[in-house]
Amino acid sequence: MTMIATDDLKGTADRLFARKRRMALAVPAMILAYLVFTFFAFDIPGLSERASIDNARALVADTYSYKTHVTRQNRTGEVSVAIEGERKGSYPDGTAPDWVSLGDETVIDLEGGHLVTFGINSVTYSVPGYGVITATPGNSGVELVLPGAEVPDWINASKTRVSITTEAGRLSVTKARSEVFRYFTGWELFFFTLDSPFHGKSFGELTRMVLSDTSTFPAILHDIWHNSMWQHGQVVWALFETVLMAFLGTMGAAMVALPVAFLAARNFTPLRTVRFVIRRVFDFVRGVDGLIWTIILARAFGPGPLTGALAILITDTGSFGKMFSEALENVDEKQIEGVASTGAKPLQRYRFGVIPQVTPIFLSQILYYLESNTRSATIIGAITGGGIGLLLTQAMITQKDWEEVAYYITLIILMVMAMDWFSGWLRRRLIQGDEGGH
Amino acid sequence: MNNQPLQTPDFRHDYLELMQRKRLYSGLILIVFVALLMSGFSLADSRNAGSFVDGWRNVFDFPASVLSEASAKVTQLPGHLVRFFPALVETVNIAAASTLLGSMGAMILSLLATRGLARWPRLIPLFRRIMDIMRAMPEIVIALVLIFVLGGGPVPAMIAIAFHTTGALGKLFSEVNENASLKPIEGLQSTGATWGQRMWLGVIPQVAPNYLSYALLRFEINIRASAILGFVGAGGIGYELKNAMSWGQGKYDEAAAIFLLLFAAIVLFDQLSGHFRTRLVKGAKA
Repeated sequence: MTMIATDDLKGTADRLFARKRRMALAVPAMILAYLVFTFFAFDIPGLSERASIDNARALVADTYSYKTHVTRQNRTGEVSVAIEGERKGSYPDGTAPDWVSLGDETVIDLEGGHLVTFGINSVTYSVPGYGVITATPGNSGVELVLPGAEVPDWINASKTRVSITTEAGRLSVTKARSEVFRYFTGWELFFFTLDSPFHGKSFGELTRMVLSDTSTFPAILHDIWHNSMWQHGQVVWALFETVLMAFLGTMGAAMVALPVAFLAARNFTPLRTVRFVIRRVFDFVRGVDGLIWTIILARAFGPGPLTGALAILITDTGSFGKMFSEALENVDEKQIEGVASTGAKPLQRYRFGVIPQVTPIFLSQILYYLESNTRSATIIGAITGGGIGLLLTQAMITQKDWEEVAYYITLIILMVMAMDWFSGWLRRRLIQGDEGGH
Repeated sequence: MNNQPLQTPDFRHDYLELMQRKRLYSGLILIVFVALLMSGFSLADSRNAGSFVDGWRNVFDFPASVLSEASAKVTQLPGHLVRFFPALVETVNIAAASTLLGSMGAMILSLLATRGLARWPRLIPLFRRIMDIMRAMPEIVIALVLIFVLGGGPVPAMIAIAFHTTGALGKLFSEVNENASLKPIEGLQSTGATWGQRMWLGVIPQVAPNYLSYALLRFEINIRASAILGFVGAGGIGYELKNAMSWGQGKYDEAAAIFLLLFAAIVLFDQLSGHFRTRLVKGAKA
């Protein structure tokens, strides 16, 4: 009899093992099959055609470097120097950085022996190890004279346009204008723009200026804050707006959800219909989702932080309501009974029997949402227009200010991490301090 | 002992005084908090394009016009639902694929960042920081950059969501890992198992139910995220919604159909994942 039982047991064990083994193979196989399906459903093989390597290269290069344009209008002979070719980064007329010497003939030193001269009639570029290239813009187009017979692949020449790219920079000549780009590493004019008297001063020099005359300090701060290229003042405001959206949305939602959650909890609301209705309301506002609330509210209030805050508030009222009512259903009845046995009235029973039990849970959920909503506020800002999300999308639309995009991304990450740290710190402080029961 | 013992009335007095002070502080904090909230709202209101007082009556204008147009063309609604269903499937697929990829990334990263399990214990802080940064990155940031490089479509959204998911799940997974028993791992190590074998056979079976429960919750969140990313050009139902919206009046019946699909999908997957999560948790308890 025992033999049969053992055999049976062995058979069952074998079957179980076989099933386990099949599962162990089947799950990864299913995942793999699904990934293969998405590989083709998302047309990843065709991605290489759609992807633009040039865009990627421009993006990466622009995040850590910038270029200065030296431009001559060929008809008038007028020469201007501008960082990134922007008006905000233009050198005042008649001035130029020291590697450009202005005059009848403008000589641009690209370093390493590369020398570009905007002559009266023609543009010459002397490339070390190759020779002197001459391009003459005329009425019929651009005439190119090379030292050799063959056109190397770093020179791109057509009848109307010549463009020469070397490791030192780039020269492009058309009928209307000649332009030289020289590349530098770093973020240009980050602290001071060219019109600021503090531009080009080192940190030591600035410190000495402040020490000798303290009245320069506000001026320095003013120039940084109102930097027209980077707009530090606006960026700080945008970050603040984003955090404000998250704060108002989260706290507002918690305040709305707290009383309503009692109506949705089984042990506080005996009426089934009330419970049912309130729960469906929670499910509804949660299910409609922040995206749709954002769209609806943006139609009524226009873009801005209030719209974002209200969208977060409405969506999270649903989430908080659901979580709070679940927490309320799990409270320990004994504490309430204990309070009731002292003759406490219903309101006092809630205050001393229920609230102390659920406060730590609620607080930790609210603080968790505060951090996650900072991210949501960035996203909502990008959709409706508000806060740092708006600045980010604006910088992306230009498709050339990638250094600003990189700057904003860094700020967003730092902001979210700071909020994460802050909410964690607050959670530890509040919940530890609350363990006494009140 | 022989010193004069404290009398009950003293206790009572001290206690009441303490309580009063505590209540005063709580009250003050509450007042400050409410004041902060009010001034925050008024600041947000002043920096908004339209103010709350002017706009609140119009909140229902847009839903009302959508509803009226949809009810006027109610016969076309089933057709729209069928037409936009593939876009919804794409949105759900983006969420599913990114949740899968993110979970796999999170699994590896979290094992590398858990004390006692890590392959290179010295590098634990590094992997933790990597997870923090991945978690802090909003999906839209990566998606917008990738759309510029890769063009529109589901792939940028998938990568962006998977990236954030890796960080978010990595943190939760490593908390789960910390509670895993080390005994199976020691047993495996004594047989000469490699690190990968120890993790795959010793840790993963212990933590799999919790992993799955967190991944399901994430899937729910990722469906919403993938709809939002569609709105900025990454394909799926969000993209269709943006198109229908930008046509304005006249296409609101399409917008209504898309709202309906999105709402149904979110509620459905909420319920499904909630159901499976309770089963997983209950199963783990038994």
